[in-house]
Amino acid sequence: MSEPLVSARNLVKRFGDFTAVDGIDFDVERGEAFGFLGPNGAGKTSTMRMIGAVSPVTSGELSVLGLDPNTRGVEIRSRIGVVPQLDTLDLELSVRENLVIYGRYFNMSRKTLEPRIKELLEFVRLAERRDDKVEPLSGGMKRRLTIARGLINDPDLLILDEPTTGLDPQARHALWDRLYGLKKRGVTQIITTHYMDEAEQLCDRLVIMDAGKIVDMGSPRELIQRHTRREVVELRFPSEVREVGEASVLANFDRVEVLPDRLLVSTDNGDEILTSLVDRGIHPESTLVRRSSLEDVFLRLTGRSLVD
Amino acid sequence: MSTASMRMFEAHARLYRKNWRASVFSSFLNPVLFLVAMGVSLGTLVDRAGGLGVPYLTFLAPGLLAATAMQTGVGEGAWPIMAGFKWRKSFHVAVTTPLEPLDVLLGTLAWAALRVLGVVVAYALVIAAFGAVALGPSLLSIGPAALTGAAFVAPVMAFTARAEKDTALSSLMRFGIVPLFLFSGTFFPITQLPVWVQPIAYVTPLWHGVELTRLVATGTPTTLAPWVNVLALIVFVIAGIAVAAPAFRRKLFI
Repeated sequence: MSEPLVSARNLVKRFGDFTAVDGIDFDVERGEAFGFLGPNGAGKTSTMRMIGAVSPVTSGELSVLGLDPNTRGVEIRSRIGVVPQLDTLDLELSVRENLVIYGRYFNMSRKTLEPRIKELLEFVRLAERRDDKVEPLSGGMKRRLTIARGLINDPDLLILDEPTTGLDPQARHALWDRLYGLKKRGVTQIITTHYMDEAEQLCDRLVIMDAGKIVDMGSPRELIQRHTRREVVELRFPSEVREVGEASVLANFDRVEVLPDRLLVSTDNGDEILTSLVDRGIHPESTLVRRSSLEDVFLRLTGRSLVD
Repeated sequence: MSTASMRMFEAHARLYRKNWRASVFSSFLNPVLFLVAMGVSLGTLVDRAGGLGVPYLTFLAPGLLAATAMQTGVGEGAWPIMAGFKWRKSFHVAVTTPLEPLDVLLGTLAWAALRVLGVVVAYALVIAAFGAVALGPSLLSIGPAALTGAAFVAPVMAFTARAEKDTALSSLMRFGIVPLFLFSGTFFPITQLPVWVQPIAYVTPLWHGVELTRLVATGTPTTLAPWVNVLALIVFVIAGIAVAAPAFRRKLFI
């Protein structure tokens, strides 16, 4: 097995008294899409910034492309691509000019830049908007342009911080499609997200972070198998009988998570649960049987739901 | 300047290409307005009273040249820096590439200095066109005036990089720059001020700049030796960079 592209041991980031990243270990292998899943404030962005060599490591070990980011930041940054959480495009410049300025930061010549820009704009489906100003572009287009910008130097590693936050479902799917295309080209990706479906769609492996620590690690399927059963039954009770209803569910089933508005019962067979509810005279207002997801894993691991 | 900081300079130039017309226009319009209003109109009254030894327009023009260099320098050290850190976040973008915070600082400083130089050249040409100062000395005074601008760019960049909120900038203008503009010998010799106030002028870069620019433009002798004025301005440039460098690093590499 080749050396991991990124490797962290007991990695810590502190801001004054606040510990944002609290001793984490992980390895990202070449060619994989590696995810950091967790709620806001879990330490994902701080970890990304350390990997991106724009945030000094407080303690522990971090190696990016075999280099120490605290001392070899310039080399690391010349070989990685970064897609920040918020679009930081120059709105008054054109699509093309945004890429030119960024490419020039990498000291790319005009000659190498022009064909590269053409290729990237085709890849992110913005070729027709090449000379348009950025300002009127949709959120999804801007994000795709930011991804093209992050790819300008043909990076060995692309870091995407919350790539689809704030996008509508259609734009999200278009973006996932492009990221999947990148994966097929062999670009290693590190993705942070607080969306379960995104982590399941995009990541080969992921870590679940909460309060600066890694709670668990594995492929989406492994994590679901390890922490939940195959299906989840969601039960809602009318508010006037909620307490009675919840009490009887808790008394009769194990693996129940209580949310403010509903109960989640983890099970290998959702229909069996529904039948036994009727047998026991428990009548929820509504029921829903669905497949388990990473959301359930997170809930199980931390006792909290991901979306605040 | 390293090649990396040259690339930051280039990014500023590319952005400037979008709105150069307005800025070139105002570079010529401002001196015309000021010289007409203050130099010619007010000057007629002042000259009637006498006492300056030279026409008021001639006295005023180099002072205005230095003061305009200051204002341009302050503007370039303030708004584009706040934009780079906060509004456009372009500095944060730049350091995700091989550029380091020091490259961002030096490239931006060099661009600001060029902007000051452009404004000063335009001003000097207008001054000569008004006949306030002959063309030769007017062009020569570009040097000290540009140095005056640089003596403001670097410290104001440091101030802006350390400022948490953009309101700090309007306070700087109101309580720092406006008093300097009025009381640094631009409009009247500081010997008109109470004796105990005069030494305050010695620690402000504008006063050194005005003295030096006036010397070159009109031959008016300086209060202190001219090399002291030059040295003072250079100290402001270096001190500004020395304070701005760690501030840029702290802000960009959190």
